[in-house]
Amino acid sequence: MLSRTADNLYWLSRYVERADCLARILDVSQRLAYTPVTYGGSTNEWGSAVLTAGVADLFTERYGPLEEAKEEQVVSFLAFEAENPSSIRNCFEVARTNARSVRTALTSEMWEVINTAWIELRNFPNRALTRDELSRFLAFVKETSLRFDGATFRTMLRNDAYWFSRCGAQLERSDNTARILDVKYHVLLPEKEHVGGPLDYFQWASILRSVSALTAFHWVYRDSVKPWLVADLLILNRQMPRSLAACYDNLARNLDDIASAYGRQGPSQRLARSMLARLTNRNIEDIFQTGLHEFISGFISDNNKLGAEIKEQYLT
Amino acid sequence: MRQAFDEMSSTDGHVRPAYETLKQWLGGVPQDVLNHRRKEAEYIFRRIGITFAVYGEQNAQERLIPFDIVPRILTKDEWGRLSTGLEQRVKALNMYIRDVYSKREILKAGIVPEDLVYKNPAFRPEMNGQRVPHDLYVHIAGIDIVRTDPDTFYVLEDNARTPSGVSYMLENREIMLRLFPELFSMHKVAPVENYADDLLATLRSLSPQSGHEPNVVILTPGIYNSAYYEHSFLADKLGVDLVEGRDLFVKDGIVFMRTTEGPKRVDVIYRRLDDDFLDPLAFRPDSVLGVPGLMSAYQAGNVTLTNAVGTGVADDKAVYSYMPDIIRFYLGEEPLLPNVPTWRCREADHLKYVLEHLPELVVKEVHGSGGYGMLVGPTADKAQIEKFREKLIADPANFIAQPTLALSTCPTLVEKGIAPRHVDLRPFILSGSDKVRIVPGGLTRVAMKEGSLVVNSSQGGGTKDTWVLDA
Repeated sequence: MLSRTADNLYWLSRYVERADCLARILDVSQRLAYTPVTYGGSTNEWGSAVLTAGVADLFTERYGPLEEAKEEQVVSFLAFEAENPSSIRNCFEVARTNARSVRTALTSEMWEVINTAWIELRNFPNRALTRDELSRFLAFVKETSLRFDGATFRTMLRNDAYWFSRCGAQLERSDNTARILDVKYHVLLPEKEHVGGPLDYFQWASILRSVSALTAFHWVYRDSVKPWLVADLLILNRQMPRSLAACYDNLARNLDDIASAYGRQGPSQRLARSMLARLTNRNIEDIFQTGLHEFISGFISDNNKLGAEIKEQYLT
Repeated sequence: MRQAFDEMSSTDGHVRPAYETLKQWLGGVPQDVLNHRRKEAEYIFRRIGITFAVYGEQNAQERLIPFDIVPRILTKDEWGRLSTGLEQRVKALNMYIRDVYSKREILKAGIVPEDLVYKNPAFRPEMNGQRVPHDLYVHIAGIDIVRTDPDTFYVLEDNARTPSGVSYMLENREIMLRLFPELFSMHKVAPVENYADDLLATLRSLSPQSGHEPNVVILTPGIYNSAYYEHSFLADKLGVDLVEGRDLFVKDGIVFMRTTEGPKRVDVIYRRLDDDFLDPLAFRPDSVLGVPGLMSAYQAGNVTLTNAVGTGVADDKAVYSYMPDIIRFYLGEEPLLPNVPTWRCREADHLKYVLEHLPELVVKEVHGSGGYGMLVGPTADKAQIEKFREKLIADPANFIAQPTLALSTCPTLVEKGIAPRHVDLRPFILSGSDKVRIVPGGLTRVAMKEGSLVVNSSQGGGTKDTWVLDA
């Protein structure tokens, strides 16, 4: 297939996934922000939302320091602002532009999800939203990504177009999970004071919620929320679709599918396999021992490197 | 202007046989049901994204072309006459272009004035002496037809560069089948769905190399082009890649596309890009839409471009006025489809006549298209006419004039119900190395405003499904 087509499919899925992640981040921040101060502590949730979204520099440039970030600013910046290239609105704009460029590679069902979302986006007012409106908006974003994934899964031929599209989604997803962990890793560290207090519970639960995994947690561990189990679930547990291990399971497989269809392995297959190995046959204690933060930042940088390898090998 | 000819009913209320069933059906369906179906059609068009862009309008970047749910009907006989005439016309067009770029016999014979060729901005000296596969230049032609009475179909315009609209022909039929299946059981309508197969067969027949299945691609200027939807639609129907200039490169005189598996050779390019933008090394150096070196690969005979480079020399409105003579010259036949009588303002006596009769005439720019830059005398006010008169006097060679034709009307669903609106027809003629293919019908465009004669989509015109009855 055309390299540009593969590139568009890959980024189309990435942007849909990114919009979904942003919606979750906003959802969780909103919840935390309305939690009683005694439980929520003094940390500024809105600031860490910006940090998790990976747009801190742009935000501070526009609104000043993160510590003083206000809800309206963050919601508007992450959801709607044109100046933020990764705002949800921009994600949908870019997704649709990409979808238009590769219409022939999409099924009509996939196109309709993207096009309809783009049309509906215009129905949301271009001003500060009320809390109800914001909830509706976030639900709409999450539903769009569900429908898009569903359409992809149900209607696309299992060929290179499908695999590139899935690679984009998985790479974006693992990046997002890793960034949530990167911003919040300190609340998972055992040496922290007051471990087990209500503050921690809310923090841990909010991490789980930001990847829609609070219920899953209880099913998997049949235990109360503990920081090392949260880390285990999001990093190593393959049952959990947003864990780094599950994402790399899929990435390695999709890249292998591409390689076997084309009859040639390359650097991106090798890197994905070595990253998967790093997430396999390990336990979370190891990771804590060698340093959770180091592990996460190493992962984020290697994940970006895989993106660059895929681009070099196939998309240009 | 006299009463226009209506294709369904004559002035005494008599209904033409081809429309009897439809008329009866229309009479039995309540207006709100029709309105509802029309909205449904619009919703489907919007949802699947069948839109077009209007240049120069900021906020209306993507608009729908209004779709009228009342089909336009042609009888088998009418279509038979039309299609033979179209085939004749396109054959002559191809022979004319070949001649212009080789022996120029028609110029030597004094039939077409030399400056119409040499001073024509669409004339490409690069094509002199260049052989193209099977001597075919216009592989895909769109010939605009208007009708003024039961027996007269005029050719209004030849489109020999990159005619568009065929996707609407196909989608209109698709939508009609979805919305009004019952109508199709009452009529024997000739199918148009095979257009994609015909187009692909035509393109493949033009491949410069034999021995392997040719790699055919469609070249688009990109998503901001007004006809982008059509480009992607066709690529999808044909099952070929839709490429942009940046997807292609030329190495050692061969055109390749960049794929996820490395470079792949390209044999036939159905380009929806004007000559000017094809190759920055040969034409406009500032073009970022084209492919550097494409022209040299083309001249080396390693790739086929459809339509060929330089076909614009045959489809401006000044050349149009010579078409009957062109047909006679190359084919030794009388034209089966007449031209609309045309005054060439470049000729002093014609200009004099035109200036004296501006309020009755339609005056068009020789190289204009899309309904831009024209004067429709009968509907223009004094000031507009006087302003146009100045333009005309300043550069008469740039204009032609035609009488205001009473274009035929067809029943159309408007606010107040079913009313007659003016229509034209654009059939698409495919010329391959093996044969000429024309799907029955074409795109009917309709002026949605009462009395308006301008059917161009850029001017608010709509479209209809066109039915050729098989029996």
